[in-house]
Amino acid sequence: MKILNEFRCVFPADSANEALARAAVSAFLIPADPTAQELADLRTVISEAVTNAIVHGYRENTGEVGIVLRMLPERTLYIRVTDKGCGITDIPKAMEPLYTSAPEEDRAGLGFAIMQTFTDSLHVRSAPGKGTVLTMRRRLGNDHAEEA
Amino acid sequence: MQIQYNTENACLTVRLDGEIDHHSSNALRAEVDAAIYAHLPQELVFDFRNVSFMDSSGIGLIMGRYKILQPLGGQIVLQDPAPHIGRVLRLAGMERLAAIRNTPVKEAVQ
Repeated sequence: MKILNEFRCVFPADSANEALARAAVSAFLIPADPTAQELADLRTVISEAVTNAIVHGYRENTGEVGIVLRMLPERTLYIRVTDKGCGITDIPKAMEPLYTSAPEEDRAGLGFAIMQTFTDSLHVRSAPGKGTVLTMRRRLGNDHAEEA
Repeated sequence: MQIQYNTENACLTVRLDGEIDHHSSNALRAEVDAAIYAHLPQELVFDFRNVSFMDSSGIGLIMGRYKILQPLGGQIVLQDPAPHIGRVLRLAGMERLAAIRNTPVKEAVQ
């Protein structure tokens, strides 16, 4: 599919960079003129994905988080968030609402549920010890208001 | 963040500011918990008026405080969340654990 615009960045898995990831999405979306709700949804989505990488991916060690944002035809935003952390052993279990591998840190276990609700598609590729790649798409103009 | 305690109705109000994410929620949690254990409130109000962003880290923060307050007989109120934050709260089913209150527009303007 033709890529109309693309933004890539890599940053240390430091929680201070969660805000940086949200700012990147906001800035990248400006030319697409999103609604306030679309912007809020997608800022939430990237925040969840990057937080997952930092909290879960790099639980035992540290490393880098990569983001790729692409604007595709038909006002479709493509988001890819990559880490090279511990990976997810059981993806269906990790995606169950309220499941968390970090309950002692007050994690709600809702990251994947929010990402799924606020996007049109979510794909998870992960291998234990190698890392995780989350790929999501959201077409602007698609109404997600009824889902939450 | 501003914390106020009202002795008349044993109400602890936490006025949150800015963005609530994993990064900010760790410090928030420590401050709120210190205030809860100092006052043992019957009502804990999270005032969302000045919160511009919240993801599931904020939900975890609320759920954790609910677990602390429940044995003490206290309840949680989520005051004036912006529409996009209200959406995250409803998606997480927070209305089952806490009261979501919105100040009527006329009062808010005054």
